[in-house]
Order: sequence, then structure tokens, then C-alpha cells
Amino acid sequence: MQAETLSGGFADPAIQSAQAFRGVMEAMARPGTVRSISGATPPAPLSGAAGTVLLTLCDPDTPVYLAGEADCDAVRGWLAFHTGAPLAGPSHCMFAVGTWDQLNPLSVYKIGTPEYPDRSATLIVECTELTGSGACLKGPGIKTSSALSVPEVQAFQHNTALFPLGLDFILTCGNTVAALPRSTRVSEADGATEVSSCTLP
Amino acid sequence: MTQYNFAYLDEQTKRMIRRAILKGLAIPGYQVPFASREMPMPYGWGTGGVQVSAAILTPEDRFKVIDQGADDTTNAVSIRTFFERTAGVATTTATSDASVIQTRHRIPEEPLTEKQILVYQVPIPEPLRFLEPRESETRKMHALEEYGLMHVKLYEDISRHGHIATSYAYPVTVEGRFVMDPSPIPKFDNPKLGDMAAIQLFGAGREQRIYALPPYTKVVSLDFDDHPFEASKADHPCGLCGAEESYLDEVIIDDAGGRMFVCSDTDYCERRQAAGHVGKLGGKDAA
Ligand SMILES: [Zn+2]
Repeated sequence: MQAETLSGGFADPAIQSAQAFRGVMEAMARPGTVRSISGATPPAPLSGAAGTVLLTLCDPDTPVYLAGEADCDAVRGWLAFHTGAPLAGPSHCMFAVGTWDQLNPLSVYKIGTPEYPDRSATLIVECTELTGSGACLKGPGIKTSSALSVPEVQAFQHNTALFPLGLDFILTCGNTVAALPRSTRVSEADGATEVSSCTLP
Repeated sequence: MTQYNFAYLDEQTKRMIRRAILKGLAIPGYQVPFASREMPMPYGWGTGGVQVSAAILTPEDRFKVIDQGADDTTNAVSIRTFFERTAGVATTTATSDASVIQTRHRIPEEPLTEKQILVYQVPIPEPLRFLEPRESETRKMHALEEYGLMHVKLYEDISRHGHIATSYAYPVTVEGRFVMDPSPIPKFDNPKLGDMAAIQLFGAGREQRIYALPPYTKVVSLDFDDHPFEASKADHPCGLCGAEESYLDEVIIDDAGGRMFVCSDTDYCERRQAAGHVGKLGGKDAA
């Protein structure tokens, strides 16, 4: 067992996971807002935010798919030690983590059923940048419109067309997090989108 | 360290509830099943709301609990004390000072802000339950958007009473998709559900359901072209503070059966009185 397997978890799990959850919840409730979350120091290549989301939401009840480079011994050992989450392939996971390219194709993940649309995967997308600018977002949680740097537009449009089925996305970069639930309508920037700060609490 | 888990529930239970809350926010108005836990209080005391509050509270929060608008009922005081002890949160009765408000049967009069979260205690989350007792069938009806029977039921009200008699738990359509029970708030409060700046979370303990309205969600009360929805209230000003626009309770004020109408939102009423507003009976002791 590597030393980093044992380290990098929450020092005070109950409090730090509560605080991190509020950040993730606010992000999911207000698509386009970018928030800081902290607490976990996972092994590379995971970002602090992705590690914090995993520790906050995953446990033995949630199969996790490690995509691409995230599927390494260091991450496997760390996730198992700190969450007990079993590993799974993309078609059986509740959570997946990786870069956009590594997570694709999206068609293999669970999108829920008509009676239980909540039984769908949540994808944690590691991004090289995460700012409140770029594609235009509209829908629940957004007063008029908001903006977010997204890896691409069309995939989210396809996902939204599945509503109420579909995938939900948590975007991570460094210690920041944003979210794109299936309810958000994403379109190419119309030039009038505003830039929101990356460091909101 | 205290002898309790933070906010009473163990970490695995809170994670399960947190995952349900996120799915609820992603599918506004849809009822997410969750494995409700026994809480150290009876079901009628809002154990669904308590579990949602337990999953979202942080030590930085300031928590308010209202029971039909009042902060001082046994139920409200018990829940407030419960989280003071188990989560170490500060509490308040002032709507504007609270970051999380748990409520039974009311939405505060004062508009909520983007910094606030409203948690509803829900007894019966399924708006179609009285039409169809089987969960498997109501699930199908929601899946297929089969809401015709709901409209028939409301229209029967009109033919029987000349108006829609349903005055509490008046059903709404969320973002043009899911029909949702807003919990037994008076229909006077329905217009506040939509376009609210705060996050709204709904927890039903006995029925094991969580659902949610993200901020600025489109929420429409069911109605008909010839009978549009009306957010009605008693046609009086508040006897204590003179408010014309607030939701009122009728209370008995003396042994002779004298009655008066007063704001159901006690914090709102007290603030108005403190600011110098006086109703017709404002000088009398209404306790
Ligand atoms: Zn009043």
C-alpha cells in the first residue's frame, strides 16, 4: 500500500463533507456558477475538487467508473481506502470521473428509466479550465441566462433532449466545481453572456 | 467531540440523502425515493424535512424553523433545539437572518434570497395519490405525463362548488413537466414557489421521498381558462400589524368567542409591529 493511499482524505469528515456538499449542491442548483470546494488531496491525476466530490458522495453503495488515466493504482487504492466504493464499467456506474475525452462516449452510461429517471449516472468531468464564460445556459436554477466554459455544446444538447432522463455533470478544475444538470439548455455563446467569478464561496 | 454524529445522522445516511437531493435538483418536481431513517421524533413531526436539513446543514448556518408560520410551537422549538444540539448551528426566528429555514405548511411572507434554502416538511408527496393508491401506477402516470385525471378532479370541484375548492396542497406543474404537491401550504403561497431566489427542498419521511425546486424554476398552479388560479386569503387586514397582503389565521381572543385575523407569519407580524405598524386590535393582548 502506498503512503498516499492513506493520506489525502478529510481531516474532519462530517464537517468537511457537509461543507463540500453545500458547494456541490449550490453548483447543481445554479448551473453556470463556479465554486471552490476543498478537503481532499487525491493522488494524480485527480483534481482536489474531483477528489472532494468523490469523498462527499461515494461509498460502498455507489459503483464508480475511473476513466482513462484516472484508472491507476494510486487512485484505485485511494478511492477504496477512503470511500469503499466498488469499481465498475461505464454502463454500471453511478459516478464516473475522468477528462471529457476519456469519459466519452456518453451513450454507454445509465440515463435512468421513465419511472425512475433518478437512476442515472453522474459524471465528474475534469476540465483544464472552468470559468463563467463560454456557452450560454438557460433553465431551472438560472434567472435569465448564465455562462460556463463547457468541453462541447452538442453533447449537452443531446442530453437535455432526453429529459427527464439523462446524465448529470459535475465539472471540476483544481479546487473549483460547477454543474450541468440534465435540465440545463446549453447553446453556443451569443456574445452577450456575462463572466462570473471563479472564486465564489 | 459530542456524543452525536454531526446533525444526528451517520455519514452514509447523509451521503444517500445528499445524492437524492442532487438528483431532485437535476429533475425539478420529480420525487426521488430515499431510504428514510428513524428519527428521535414521531413521523407527524416532519422527519422528512429533518433528514433533509440534517444532510445540508453546516456549522456556519443559521437555522430557523416555522410551523404554520410560527417559530414558537412545540414542534418548531423541538426541531430547532435538535439541530442546535446535534449540529451546533446558530438559530434565529428572523427570516432575513436565516440561511436554512425548515417549514411546515407556510412560505415566509418576506421574499427569500439567493443565500437561503427553504426545506419543507411533506406528509404526502404524491399529488396523484388520492386518484391512484398504487405507487407503480402513479410512477407510470408521471412517466407518461398522464395528468388528465388530476384536471378532472379539479374540474369536479368547479361543478360542485362553482370554484376550485382545494385550498391547501394545491398541485402545480414544474417546468411544464412534472405535477408536484407543494406540501400543505395554503394556495395563497403557491405564487411564491416559482421564480424564487432560494433553493427549495421537500422531504417526506414516512413516504420516503425527496424532491426539489432549483431557484428561478417555472412553477404553475393547475387551472382552467374559464377558472384561472386565484391565490386567496381572508379578506381582512391583520388585527395586530394592519398588513393587507399577508396570509392570516383566525384566532379566538376572548371567552366570549371574539375573533380576530392575524398574520400567520409571526416573525413578519412582529417586525411590522416593531416598525410602528398597528392594526385595529394592535393595542390589545391577543395571546
Ligand atoms: Zn400582522
